[in-house]
Amino acid sequence: MSEQQVRTHAIDMSSVLRGKGQHQEKNETCIKVENLNLFYGDKQALHNINMEMPKKKVTAYIGPSGCGKSTLLRCINRMNDLVDSARIDGKILLDGENIYDKSVNVAALRRRVGMVFQKPNPFPKSIFENVAYGLRIQGINDKRILEETVENSLRGAALWDEMKDRLNDNALGMSGGQQQRLVIARAIAIEPEVLLLDEPASALDPISTLKIEELINELKEKYTIVIVTHNMQQAARVSDYTAFMYMGELIELGTTSELFTNPVKKQTEDYITGRYG
Amino acid sequence: MIKLWFKSGAPWIWLNAAAVSICMIMVVGVLGLVVVRGVGHFWPAQVTQYNYQEEGKEPQLIIGEKVDASVTPSEMAKATGHKMSPDEDTLVQYLIKVGNRDVTGSDFLWIEERNIKQHADPADLIVVERREWGNFYGRLVEVKEAGKSIATGPEAWTVLQSKITEALVIFKEIAHLEKKEIGAINYGLERLRLKQKKLQLENHWDATAQAQVSAETAAYDVEYKKYQAQLGELYQKIRRNSIVAETESGTKVKIPLNKVVRAFKPNEMSLMDKTVHYGVKVIEFLTDDPREANTEGGIFPAIFGTVMMVMMMSIIVTPFGVIAAVYLREYAKQGFITRLIRIAVNNLAGVPSVVYGVFGLGFFVYILGGNIDQLFFPESSPAPVYGTPGLLWASITLALLTLPVVIVSTEEGLARIPSSIREGSLALGATKLETLWLTVLPMASPAMMTGLILAVARAAGEVAPLMLVGVVKLAPTLPLDGNFPFLHLDRKFMHLGFHIYDVGFQSPNVEAARPLVYATALLLVLVIIGLNLAAIVIRNNLREKYRALEG
Repeated sequence: MSEQQVRTHAIDMSSVLRGKGQHQEKNETCIKVENLNLFYGDKQALHNINMEMPKKKVTAYIGPSGCGKSTLLRCINRMNDLVDSARIDGKILLDGENIYDKSVNVAALRRRVGMVFQKPNPFPKSIFENVAYGLRIQGINDKRILEETVENSLRGAALWDEMKDRLNDNALGMSGGQQQRLVIARAIAIEPEVLLLDEPASALDPISTLKIEELINELKEKYTIVIVTHNMQQAARVSDYTAFMYMGELIELGTTSELFTNPVKKQTEDYITGRYG
Repeated sequence: MIKLWFKSGAPWIWLNAAAVSICMIMVVGVLGLVVVRGVGHFWPAQVTQYNYQEEGKEPQLIIGEKVDASVTPSEMAKATGHKMSPDEDTLVQYLIKVGNRDVTGSDFLWIEERNIKQHADPADLIVVERREWGNFYGRLVEVKEAGKSIATGPEAWTVLQSKITEALVIFKEIAHLEKKEIGAINYGLERLRLKQKKLQLENHWDATAQAQVSAETAAYDVEYKKYQAQLGELYQKIRRNSIVAETESGTKVKIPLNKVVRAFKPNEMSLMDKTVHYGVKVIEFLTDDPREANTEGGIFPAIFGTVMMVMMMSIIVTPFGVIAAVYLREYAKQGFITRLIRIAVNNLAGVPSVVYGVFGLGFFVYILGGNIDQLFFPESSPAPVYGTPGLLWASITLALLTLPVVIVSTEEGLARIPSSIREGSLALGATKLETLWLTVLPMASPAMMTGLILAVARAAGEVAPLMLVGVVKLAPTLPLDGNFPFLHLDRKFMHLGFHIYDVGFQSPNVEAARPLVYATALLLVLVIIGLNLAAIVIRNNLREKYRALEG
């Protein structure tokens, strides 16, 4: 990291925090990213990212393909640990605690930070067992608790009414949109603090997409949500804050309304007006 | 024109189709031959009486079943020393199964068609299946009880049938007593002997131990005497009856009924009778012990041994192979070393099976087994327990032989599981181990089953290594019985593949045994198909259950 880059980023921070100023008094920070760099082998994928994400709000990451938004998202629950060549320096603080600290139990962290992937990935088990999976690995096998949690989670994911009679069916028999909501139900069954959504609607049809977006609006009452999307309308519809990333760098972060109507950076403006990306 | 035809690709397609056809023909041919030759063996053939006279010799009677025919061109027949008249184009010869080995010395006879003056299938010809000397063909003269004739003429036949039924019941009792009851006593005595020796070796052979052992021995002796008395009675009963029958040449033969399995008159039997007879014979073949150096009777011990050995092998190879594959695919750092290991594993699959047999004998039997004997069974020395070929070592040797297929297919199965599933599980806070056990391994189970299917198919057909590590021509006891500890992994066993080799090429009466070779081959194929089908059904169920997401 050359000195010049560091300086540019220091300047960036002012604009990054600009939109936040008005809200800061009522918004508690949930996730704080500090000087995060990520390398895949020799290639640097994230360049000195600094940002804060407030509690119980929706933060969207937008940017062109390959800009590092998914990589950044996967840093928040340490999914990048699975990539052998990935190397990380910097900090991510979850409620003030560095998740990259040596003492952190990764499995416990992932219980606090749930994740939903681009493509629905239900397990080849029954609908019930899919939702109960997270509880079972915590050793909860009490039938009453499981049933209660499954019902609540499916309700939370707006799936209960459709699925209450089919709980023992294989989850792979559901439609794509239902599967994605099932995966969300599975994630919220273990009551995480943060939900990471990695392009959750990109593989779905418009109606399913709409349902997912409605769901996100409901879920933010209880969870801090970070969503990656390359659909700018979606970011505008569902998020409170939007971060624009480009080439592994965080270019601009602000409230969604301000970032879309009045971007500070030229790159942001070019992107949201469709001049590149 | 020709050039165009070649360009169109038609010859290429013909070539492909021809290759497929040849494969199909060969498969169908193999199965067809085995089925036709094997299945026909149990059908009661007509017994024919030939009035036969060779040129310049006395006329004679020949009684037997026509088994085979050969047609030789005149020229060739002349060359081999047959006298041929100018109007004969061919020499037709028949192979007749004449039985009566005790009288004539051989079971089979070639006769020339032109010398048959007359032939007929008289209804009174009988076939007696015996426990010694093979079949008897001839006519019934009388039935004797304790040396006195009790029936002659036509009624002798019905008397004989009822006497045979009685004798068979007694025979079964004797077999039960000898094998089960006295077998158990002998087994118990042997254990006592070993116990005594062990106590002596450990210097615990004191008065109490002596008293206890001798008390138990005495109890066994009392029981043994009781059974011995019973046996004596039964033997007396079964030996009392006999039949006298006449061969084609008029020689009278006395056959004690305890040597008779069954007697029948094939020429008199209706289609229904023959079908019943056929069914009985097939059941006997499947469920009975072999007789007469394996050329008669059943092959149950061989079926049992084959299935048992394959199951033992599966139980050993599956967990072992799966665990190895999981380490290679999931935990080991992929690189030069893992590549080397994979190459080695793949090459292991190409090592000739007899080499595994040599290894099994040298390492498992002599080194491992020998040491086990020294450590755990010092009392039975110098007789080996595990230091000799047996079921356990055969199973382990075959497990080693089939390990590569299980590893390779499990690895492929693990590689096919989409990473999104693993990530989904990890994202819910599961550790790698939990992910592996709860999602990845169940989803890879169809691939494991595929590996097992391939392993079973290979193992069930192997003979060469087994000859070195545990298969025998005739095993007196099954590896599974009622004596504690029930499963005797140290015992030798029989195997269908080896049985084929033994019956077909090592038996004293190859000609008589040939149909049995086909029947046994058919059975071996059926057993392998059965084992495979079972595994395939399980795999397909698993596939349905854990059908993965596409991509």
